[in-house]
Amino acid sequence: MSGLFTEAVLVATIAGGIRLAVPLLFASIGEMFGQRSGVLNLGVDGVMLLGAFGGYYTVLKTDNVWFGLLVGVGIGVVLGLVTAVMSVTLKAEQGISGIGVFLFGLGFSDLLFQMWVGTPLPIQAFPKVEIPGLSNIPFLGETLFSHSAVVYIAFAMVPLSMFIINQTNFGMKIRAVGENPEAADSLGVSVAGIRYATLIIGGTLAGVAGAALAIDLKIFQSNLTNAAGFIAIALVYFGAWRPLGVMGGALLYGFVNSIVLQLKTQGIIPRSWSDIAAMAPAVVTILALVVVAHRFKPPAALTKPFERAR
Amino acid sequence: MRRTYTWLVLLAAFALVVAACGGDDNAEATTTTSTPVTTETFRIAVVAPSAANDLAFTQSMIDSLNVIDGEMDLEIAVTDGMFVVEDAAAAIRDYADKGYDLVIAHGSQYGGSLAEIAPDFPDTSFAWGTAAETFGLPNVYSYQAASDQGGYVMGVLAAALSKTGTLGVVGPVEVGDAKLYVDGFAAGAKAEDPAIDVKIVYTGSFSDVALASETAQAHVTAGADVLTGSAQMVVGAIGVASTEGVAWFGTQANQTQIAPDVVVASQVYHWEGVLREIIAGVQSGTLGGEAYTIDLANGGEVIEYNPGYDLPADVKAKGDAAVAGIIDGSIVVGG
Amino acid sequence: MLFQRGVQGRRLLAYGVPMAAVLFALILGAIMLLILDASPLEGVKAMFEGAFGSSKALTETVLKATPLLLVGVGITIAFRADVINIGGEGQLVLGALFSTFVALNVPRLPAVLMIPLVLLAGFVGGAIWGAIPGVLKAYYDVNEILSTIMLNVVAVQLMNFLLRGPFIDPGEIERGTSIPQTERLTENADLPLLFGSGRLHIGPVIAVIAAIAAYVLLWRTPLGYRLRAVGRNADAARYAGIPVKRTIVLALTLSGAMAGLAGAILVFGSESHRMVTDGSTAGFTGNAGFNGIVAALFGGLHPLWTIPASFLFGGLLVGGNALQRTVQVPSALILALNGLVVIFLVSSDRFKRRLLDRKATGTESELGDDPTGPDPPDPSHPEDSESINLVNRGEV
Repeated sequence: MSGLFTEAVLVATIAGGIRLAVPLLFASIGEMFGQRSGVLNLGVDGVMLLGAFGGYYTVLKTDNVWFGLLVGVGIGVVLGLVTAVMSVTLKAEQGISGIGVFLFGLGFSDLLFQMWVGTPLPIQAFPKVEIPGLSNIPFLGETLFSHSAVVYIAFAMVPLSMFIINQTNFGMKIRAVGENPEAADSLGVSVAGIRYATLIIGGTLAGVAGAALAIDLKIFQSNLTNAAGFIAIALVYFGAWRPLGVMGGALLYGFVNSIVLQLKTQGIIPRSWSDIAAMAPAVVTILALVVVAHRFKPPAALTKPFERAR
Repeated sequence: MRRTYTWLVLLAAFALVVAACGGDDNAEATTTTSTPVTTETFRIAVVAPSAANDLAFTQSMIDSLNVIDGEMDLEIAVTDGMFVVEDAAAAIRDYADKGYDLVIAHGSQYGGSLAEIAPDFPDTSFAWGTAAETFGLPNVYSYQAASDQGGYVMGVLAAALSKTGTLGVVGPVEVGDAKLYVDGFAAGAKAEDPAIDVKIVYTGSFSDVALASETAQAHVTAGADVLTGSAQMVVGAIGVASTEGVAWFGTQANQTQIAPDVVVASQVYHWEGVLREIIAGVQSGTLGGEAYTIDLANGGEVIEYNPGYDLPADVKAKGDAAVAGIIDGSIVVGG
Repeated sequence: MLFQRGVQGRRLLAYGVPMAAVLFALILGAIMLLILDASPLEGVKAMFEGAFGSSKALTETVLKATPLLLVGVGITIAFRADVINIGGEGQLVLGALFSTFVALNVPRLPAVLMIPLVLLAGFVGGAIWGAIPGVLKAYYDVNEILSTIMLNVVAVQLMNFLLRGPFIDPGEIERGTSIPQTERLTENADLPLLFGSGRLHIGPVIAVIAAIAAYVLLWRTPLGYRLRAVGRNADAARYAGIPVKRTIVLALTLSGAMAGLAGAILVFGSESHRMVTDGSTAGFTGNAGFNGIVAALFGGLHPLWTIPASFLFGGLLVGGNALQRTVQVPSALILALNGLVVIFLVSSDRFKRRLLDRKATGTESELGDDPTGPDPPDPSHPEDSESINLVNRGEV
């Protein structure tokens, strides 16, 4: 019982929450780019699954985790491009085209796995990187600065995306296209070009999220993501389309999961209640949003294809 | 109005495609769909919830079928990944309709459907597992694994191996075969060392590999130096075991290849014996009514040790003693 | 140039577009079959025969289409009011749990009362699971995409908890097998069979009636007018005195209720006549909560057109499973093919619309068009300020 408040358990809980947040963080930051430019992509989970298989298979064959991550990037770029063709050029209904990508990714990643791998074999994991100096700080060092390399990359995406969206010319165009594509177009911004770019960024990060998940778990399996891609989409709304908010959502989801697991491990949550306890991350996320009572508005052009007025 | 045409054209397209294919394919099709039943080939269809190569429940059945496939003239059809119970029911019905001699419903969740389907096909034999009952139907066999027996042996080994006195279990949902195994494991561990702390966590999901991995991590943090778990998502937990260098006990299939350095032993199901008896029964006209249980005594359950793991001889001796005790009845597992 | 051969030729071409899209997806599927060393011709034949080739096949297709249609009708109602409901999976589960609860508790009720009661229970269960995101959206600004995704997660755990606890078959405890399922539910609640025997029960009829009712509701009642007015322009509706918040709650409630009704039909029309879980939502729903969205959009977000759309889509799913059994490929291929068909159909929609557009103004006008109902809003009309937006603009 009292085991919950030992430092070791506290460290593990926080570190575990951070690990669980990483794939969600990659995927939601990517989805955020698309939505800021006005495109809802429901296919994230499918891209993640294909990225996960690609990353897993590459590491299995080459023993190089970075090469695996790179393949995740490649698969993400291709599927981002496919999404862009569907949503931007062909102006497909955004609530549905993504479901096609999801079902395709779910089936095709499993099919490739069964054809090329068969029984799950373990692969190498990411190297653990202890940040020199920082990792020696008591408590904080173990919780924050003693993770596998990919964790730092994920969190580096937050300031990077903040910078891109708020400080760069490209970011300004993304916002303009998402809020008022007609005006952006009249100022000579290529609405389609910007949306292609954001969807490719989104696809890339979803592919990376999948590859990172598979490599971190050192394994691939049918439906490895277990619908994490959908959670990632929800977290974009939770984060009100802002990188810090999205990070907060991913961390909240990860932490609640991690805390529930620790409570189960310590026997504080009885086994007969384990299903009820497993609802906690979802319920807390909804309640948090209710309490915060957001005043943020989605990008005005979200889900609306752009058609230039004549 | 327009859309009427759209759908009509769509339908017509379907029809065209099929007509075209039908034309090309007629000769071949008649031979494949109406295989004469007079041949000696025994036709078996398996419907299973997860992938045929899941290194767990489904694979145990497929592996067993492949073994006896070498012994006699079999035709085996597999429909795996049928986690949707209604789709599985449709598949079972369809295979029975196509005249398969034996249709295996390899999922305890299929039982309710099978109880309704089997009476419609009195000349077809069905087998259902893992389960203990045959619904009193003359054409249903059932089979189950006394996975608590293997679990007990694993528990004894784990408790003897543990230095910290803490064991961690990663379960999916507290039901069926997984529950049986975990209960057996806890009983065996307590029998070996009454003071042992067995931490059991059911994650609530058969498929969430990340959550299984994080659960294993939580166990290790809580001091566990031996882990076990059941169902497909444990591959995540095995990964953690190998990273952290803690021992792992597997069940349902031999999991050594996932982590050759930490897997101590696996409880493996061998359904061959049961299948041979069922097939012999069907061939002699008995289509069902028998409930089989594989266990340590009848050789259906085997503890397969990882030769690459350096298990102390005294620990292994305790495991062997537990196996012997269960077989001779001096140890009674479960109730 | 090619498309300038008069209206007739263009329209004919337009009708060929979705056909070509499906064909293209099937060709990709055929290539995959070739890679897997299976005969594509045999595959396509097995697929068609398995879906439409016999009365048994047609029965399976119609039964598969039933939840798709009900979910699709619910999606239509929600979309018309400018809300996207991707919580169909959870609402199906809740409807099933509610109706199962009723059947477990009053098993002796005669069938004439029992059947309407369990269907009503399913309707109510789904309605509650739809009303929650409705209230959260209307009164707390919680986006419905977030809340419905999260409520799907909650629903599956609730199902697991109930089916291995309070609802479990006492026999499972006795035998110690603990399969998470109810007992065989009372025969008084079995959905009556349409032809006295076989598998075809009244579920599909209920679904078609629901589709017609939704059509009448949307285009023949003041309530439907309000729903569509809110969907077209919430601000204008508010100025016109329409209670926008309550209307949004109602739209999601009705949408959830349709899915809940489907959940009840899934239980009481199932082969096993009981509720069983494999620990996942899809194990119970068969992804109907998602595939229903697809069916609705192919039905042009129109309740009546969703009927044939569901039938064809159900046929695709049933046929896919038959293909797997006949040519013995991994079932994962069927799921991939399902996704490809959705991708190609939705991507080709623009070409169809363009070809059908007689005004030659460069605008699209087909998808949501309604030939009979007065004044239909058009969801596919991007530059139309009154267009249906899948996601609310947050200014409710």
